[in-house]
Amino acid sequence: MLLLGNEAIARGAMEAGLAFATCYPGTPSSEIPEQFFKISQESDLYFEYSTNEKVALEVGAGAAVCGLRTMVTMKHVGVNVAADPLMTLAYVGTKAGMVIITADDPFLFSSQNEQDNRFYARLSGLPMLEPTNPQEMKDITIHALELSEELESPVFIRTTTRLNHIRGSVKLGKLAPIKAKGSFQKNPFHFVTVPAVGRNLHKLLLQKYDQASEKSEKSALNEIIGAGKWGIVTNGVSYNYVRDAVDDLGLGDKVSILKIGFSWPLPKNLIISFLKKVEKVLVVEELEPVMENDIKAMAQENALTLPIKGKGVGRLSRLFEYDPGMVREAIAQYFGVEYKGTAGLDLSGIPDLPGRPPNLCPGCPHRATYYAVKQVYGPDAIHPTDIGCYTLGLLPPISMADFLICMGSSVSSSCGFSEASDQKVVSFIGDSTFFHSGITGLINAVHNNHKFTLVILDNGTTAMTGHQPHPGVDTGPLGVDLSQISLEDVVRGCGVKDVHVVKPFKVKKTMEAVKAAMEYDGLSVIISREICPLFAKAIGQGKKARPFYVNLDKCKNHRDCIDKLACPAMYLEGEHVKINKYLCIGCSVCAQVCPENAILPLKG
Amino acid sequence: MKTKRLVFVGVGGQGNLLASRLLGEAALAQGVPAVVSEIHGMAQRGGIVESAVLMGNVTSPIVSPAEADVLISFEPVETLRALGKCNKDTVIIMNTHPLPPFTVAVGQGTYPDLEEILSLIREKAGKVIALDGDAIAEEVGNPLALNMVMLGALIGSGTIPITADDMKKTISTSTKKAFLESNLAAFDKGFEEAKAN
Repeated sequence: MLLLGNEAIARGAMEAGLAFATCYPGTPSSEIPEQFFKISQESDLYFEYSTNEKVALEVGAGAAVCGLRTMVTMKHVGVNVAADPLMTLAYVGTKAGMVIITADDPFLFSSQNEQDNRFYARLSGLPMLEPTNPQEMKDITIHALELSEELESPVFIRTTTRLNHIRGSVKLGKLAPIKAKGSFQKNPFHFVTVPAVGRNLHKLLLQKYDQASEKSEKSALNEIIGAGKWGIVTNGVSYNYVRDAVDDLGLGDKVSILKIGFSWPLPKNLIISFLKKVEKVLVVEELEPVMENDIKAMAQENALTLPIKGKGVGRLSRLFEYDPGMVREAIAQYFGVEYKGTAGLDLSGIPDLPGRPPNLCPGCPHRATYYAVKQVYGPDAIHPTDIGCYTLGLLPPISMADFLICMGSSVSSSCGFSEASDQKVVSFIGDSTFFHSGITGLINAVHNNHKFTLVILDNGTTAMTGHQPHPGVDTGPLGVDLSQISLEDVVRGCGVKDVHVVKPFKVKKTMEAVKAAMEYDGLSVIISREICPLFAKAIGQGKKARPFYVNLDKCKNHRDCIDKLACPAMYLEGEHVKINKYLCIGCSVCAQVCPENAILPLKG
Repeated sequence: MKTKRLVFVGVGGQGNLLASRLLGEAALAQGVPAVVSEIHGMAQRGGIVESAVLMGNVTSPIVSPAEADVLISFEPVETLRALGKCNKDTVIIMNTHPLPPFTVAVGQGTYPDLEEILSLIREKAGKVIALDGDAIAEEVGNPLALNMVMLGALIGSGTIPITADDMKKTISTSTKKAFLESNLAAFDKGFEEAKAN
């Protein structure tokens, strides 16, 4: 059957008897925990959406040292959040299999950077496996859990967006029984990492590295295909591009491919024997020249002088993702094969096309909050923002996103902005992101007497990644009974004195609260609370849409509605603004904004 | 079989991800190796949604510029935007119903005239099958069935080795009962339209 790469990982985990799974969702990893969430409601699998990736890894570590097979999933930048426990968990190790999924995102389809997390294997000393298609994603997951158990060490599986989000044919195996309870054997002089213990553990980590190296040498995941004199080393999704290119160019008997699936530690002896068999080597790997540099170092140690290249051949670069044509061209160029790519169409004379960026949905409460804040603060306030749907407030006409580096940076960077400048600062963060990493910044702001306004956009879900719950959510409609934490209590508990809770669809009242916050001499928090309409619909709490229309007898074409809100339900017909009744959900914000009261609910 | 590389483009909400997934499943059911790639995340927010289906002796999940054998486009301007995926032999199957982006409404761009779009595409590309998929979907009483119309047109175009029967079997097992009849009607109309084209 066709499985999404992420579904294949979840399936592999269950075929290996996974007992414990944690995550913080993030594209392109999110469909893995979505599967676990469903499976956990029908089996002994324990699963939780943890507050953030650091917490997820620590929760998982506790389970794994109790002897439960564990998986922790996150996107590549999530590993940065989890890096602190990661580095020392590598020393301590585990008792049962523990797999960490790092889902990298070359080309930044939905991320703030495209860092190459193969470096994390090197930094932490943990083994890393890299599949090349959905079938391997399933199989490698089983293998990784077993390997981890043998080494008593967490093991990384690294994927990229193209693997997470492809569907391929997968042969299923049998589901394994779940061992749902373990027990912890105390051993403080192993598990409590005071310096004296840590010194011993570092030695142990290096021993495990040697063991892992031996396994990598023998692993079927590292495979030489073909016996030709032209060597190509490749990994991950690029392996497919290389295979197809070799077929397309008819080079099957001229080329040997070294496919690296057990990518850390690298199989040094295998690589050296490969280097001795071939005349020159091309390394095809997306992002950083990680294998390329290691292989060059191995060649130098062994006095091998054959040419080894990767980055800089043809269009192979450190930027973005590769594609089949690019790899075909690089192989042809490097090995001197005649190749003429397919000519594209003549694209001259095509007019400038209107952009189609993603946009806040019709009736999105964020749009209403942005409007109210801008009406009060004007266009000059600084708006540090954060990671979620509301980052789309970057686009005109809202244009209310000025600085963003990572989850939680809205709050802490506001401390810097407000101290370093005399400009007004109003920052935005979502509810899930606030729980993930906004709270420490808020405590910092209170303690150090910073003066700005933080708007928490509370839409009752983690919307951007597909409506996962978070600590502030009522999880009843999702079929689980978890404790709900009040955002307002947390904010007050952090010591914030000026707290406002508003409903953004009540425009006038929201503006009054924003005004009060602006006039307050200190730190203010505005919690803007309205459920994400897509989520409400998904859980059967959506209200019946009562769409609005523009009464052309009253409309004087100020166009405040379309110019200031730019709701996707609005469009121009000739000179007049109209509302698409199928898209409008009846939030009524435009009706409140219209100076002529010309926007009215449709009757019937 | 000869490798077939298909690119689907559309706008969030038009259902092109479902179309490409169903095609992949139909191929597999017919014993044709297939891989489908999708980019998630922006589909519900009105952005461009692109997917690809590759069939035959091929393992790469994506299609490079100029290498599409078939472009199935759900929106006229998106067809123009995706011409970089095409070469002179590419078969283009396109919906002619425009869906102007909100940038046009706020004056950050103009939506070209539909006739201009069509003549540009016909002038530059090889075979073009253009049909008003939204009108057909309305006609069968299921405005959401645009993706079924487009799948029908794809199979009707005869460019890939998947039969109408096999495609309809997959559609039948994967769609809600309430929409099945209209989905199949939409498929048939798209199929006939492409045959006649």
